[in-house]
Amino acid sequence: MTRIKQDHSRFRRIVQGKIRQNLKHYISTGSLVGRQGRDKVSIPLPQIELPRFKFDQKSGGGVGQGDGERGDSLGQGDQPGEGDGQGKAGEGEGEKALEVDVTLEELAKILGEELELPNIEPRGQKEVVTERDRYTGIRPVGPDSLRHFKRTYRQALKRTIAIGAYDPKNPVVLPIKEDMRYRSWSTVKSPQSNALVIYMMDVSGSMGDEQKEIVRSESFWINAWLKSQYQGIETRYIIHDATAREVDEHTFFHTRESGGTMISSAYKLAAQLIGDDYPVSEWNIYPFHFSDGDNWSVDDTRTCIRLLRDELVPKSNQFSYGQVESPYGSGQFIKDLREHFPVDEDDCNLVVSEIKDKDAIVGSIKDFLGAGR
Amino acid sequence: MIHYIKVRPLPPELHHWRRVIEDIARDEGLDFFDVVYEMITYEKMSEIAAYGGFPTRYPHWRFGMEYDRLSKSHTYGLSKIYELVINTNPCYAYLLEGNALVDQKLVMAHVFGHADFFKNNFWFSRTDRKMVDTMANHATRVRRYQDLYGVTLVEEFIDTCLSVENLIDPHRPYVQKKRIKSRPKQDLPDELVGDGAALPRLQAKEYMDEFVNPEAYLEAQRARKKAEIEQQKRFPAEPQRDVLLFLMQEAPLTRWQRNVLGLVRDEAYYFAPQGMTKIMNEGWASYWHTHMMTRRGIMDPNELIDYADRHSRATVMQKGRINPYKIGIELFRDIEWRYDTGRFGKAWDECDDMEARANWHRPTGRGREKIFEVRRHHNDVTFLDEFLTPEFCARQKLFTFEHKPRANEWQIASREFAEVKQKLLFQLTNMGQPVIDVEDANFENKNALLLSHRHEGVDLDQSYAHATLRNLFALWKRPVHIASRKGERGVLYSFDGQETGERAFDG
Repeated sequence: MTRIKQDHSRFRRIVQGKIRQNLKHYISTGSLVGRQGRDKVSIPLPQIELPRFKFDQKSGGGVGQGDGERGDSLGQGDQPGEGDGQGKAGEGEGEKALEVDVTLEELAKILGEELELPNIEPRGQKEVVTERDRYTGIRPVGPDSLRHFKRTYRQALKRTIAIGAYDPKNPVVLPIKEDMRYRSWSTVKSPQSNALVIYMMDVSGSMGDEQKEIVRSESFWINAWLKSQYQGIETRYIIHDATAREVDEHTFFHTRESGGTMISSAYKLAAQLIGDDYPVSEWNIYPFHFSDGDNWSVDDTRTCIRLLRDELVPKSNQFSYGQVESPYGSGQFIKDLREHFPVDEDDCNLVVSEIKDKDAIVGSIKDFLGAGR
Repeated sequence: MIHYIKVRPLPPELHHWRRVIEDIARDEGLDFFDVVYEMITYEKMSEIAAYGGFPTRYPHWRFGMEYDRLSKSHTYGLSKIYELVINTNPCYAYLLEGNALVDQKLVMAHVFGHADFFKNNFWFSRTDRKMVDTMANHATRVRRYQDLYGVTLVEEFIDTCLSVENLIDPHRPYVQKKRIKSRPKQDLPDELVGDGAALPRLQAKEYMDEFVNPEAYLEAQRARKKAEIEQQKRFPAEPQRDVLLFLMQEAPLTRWQRNVLGLVRDEAYYFAPQGMTKIMNEGWASYWHTHMMTRRGIMDPNELIDYADRHSRATVMQKGRINPYKIGIELFRDIEWRYDTGRFGKAWDECDDMEARANWHRPTGRGREKIFEVRRHHNDVTFLDEFLTPEFCARQKLFTFEHKPRANEWQIASREFAEVKQKLLFQLTNMGQPVIDVEDANFENKNALLLSHRHEGVDLDQSYAHATLRNLFALWKRPVHIASRKGERGVLYSFDGQETGERAFDG
């Protein structure tokens, strides 16, 4: 290992240590939400800087160059005119606030280790077998488009040398038909496990911004974890008050309705969604429902229980219900669920969790993902 | 001699150009140690740059962090390191593999400028020219300590040291070295304490004594004596700018810790001149690459566009900051032009006829000679102090900026020459770091360490100060304080091992 690789891996370890230290903080403040690219999360880590006595940036000011009148703006931020660094290194040390890129996988690993989450055991045959062709070998016949030039040449060279026709001064090698080599393939079957995550949220008047932020932070971490456990993951979003509809992610977190709450509407829609698009034999299904626990009527609750028992729970790997505390909700729903789905039933894969405030997010993530289903 | 750096020879074409350019550089009067070029990949370039130019440096995660940043910004196309040269004898310089020939020529010409500057500038005269070996020795030492005491322990101690790395006295290598006098071991001699008898009196006949040594005079003498005694009791007797040296001598450290602190200090002193001459050094190198590329036929005419592109990228004005390449090259050119046209001396200074000044032409042909002289004696502060002119300032569109809290944005504050110059000099003084001394090692008679920040109008960053005090405590192991100001008020930041504090203080 080269020296820089060693130093680099020390650095990565320090970064991971810092993330580990701050994980609970990140979860409860939701500060990583929205910092996610395709498969990386950029995490601001100012703590990793070595502190030193230095001037307060903003009390000093400085000298710049260029056009502009007195009073013209040079932009905001820690330094004026933050722009591209056409860097010539050697002397300067970077002065920028440090942001570190971490892959979602790494983050999920840290989450798993910190919260002691078990890996999810594959259940039954919920695997899609995909077939892929891979070029694995060489054969003497085939279409021209698959001709392996190097191998062909080598074969021709061997032959030329063997018959003594090779002249180093004039190294002409002419391949004949028997020299031709072509790529050949074999079909590989690879099992692929997919997961469907359905988020349902009550957007009735009693769910405030703080409640939604809690849901948002939870869903970020749940996604990160499930992504690390399955090869393919799909997320669908359902919001409901008295009626339910499917929405995109942005709408999901930014909608506020008033009006009553009929939880069954969401469950119906979820069941329908699964029935239409996701055969249970191929998908690992994870419905999550967040609400403040205030349902319209006892009748509706009864419908919910029926839907859960007959439809959702049997089809899911785990059905999760998170109850966010709000000043308006009665919080009755969680009690009903507990009553109908007692925890001590062995094969009960319905999990409930109460989330009092942001600090409770960590605990509830553990509730949801701690069973390893 | 052992070469710690293995060097692959340059490809023939580059080798040819290297020789051509070296001959031209010498012909122009540049004078440098041998320059050893090597062409490397960008990964290797990022690696060496992360180590500050020294692949043999001691192991530390911060180099890994820098590598992460550099190689990423290269991959994403945000920046590219064209050249890297280190101040040693011989000079090692690196070229980036895959660059066009015109880039390589430009870099080589640029590097000879740096090499000349390293060898001849006064501020580099005390740097260790065998730093490659020294760095390697440091690395060996750190590794040995890590084997003996554990990687993490040693690395964390290095972190602590690096946190105070900037508390050195950059002028120390050039003045008579004074050892810091150790703490007085014994009590002060008695005669220093009493009054009367030991007071110096002017000689006088007894009957005149009353007049020659009046009470007022004696009082003054007494006060002076007292102050002197106070001074003697104080430790250190005078404020110490080289805080690192003071800590090495006085802080309760183990032998390996003292050694590590020492090597961090050595490296800080080695790099200091580069911080002190950034504008000059880059300006000088840019001056020479321009001159040699365009006037001495190094460049093929069909390379002109590419050359112009690279050159202007390096010397572009960036609004919010000073580009050392730009200011440096322009100021060297300005000086050359002023001295060539005789715009200096008594007659020039006294002339206040605008038109006469604008059309001034008394050729001396001394411009080139002058800039060589400037590159020998000056550092950035004196360079700008002496040669920045109002005309230059206006031509270069220099301005000062401030942060306006109400608008929460940075704004252009002024284009006045005096203000620009003052701010610029402030920004360069002590390499833009606050000046901090050890004031008292027995503060409040508690063996506490008192540092003091010489406040010149800009406050310390408070949260950084607190965090740094924690690290300082790890070295001193008794309460640590730093006296500074917050605007008008004196303030004392403290850390006593348990908690951080802040109180009003006028010391």
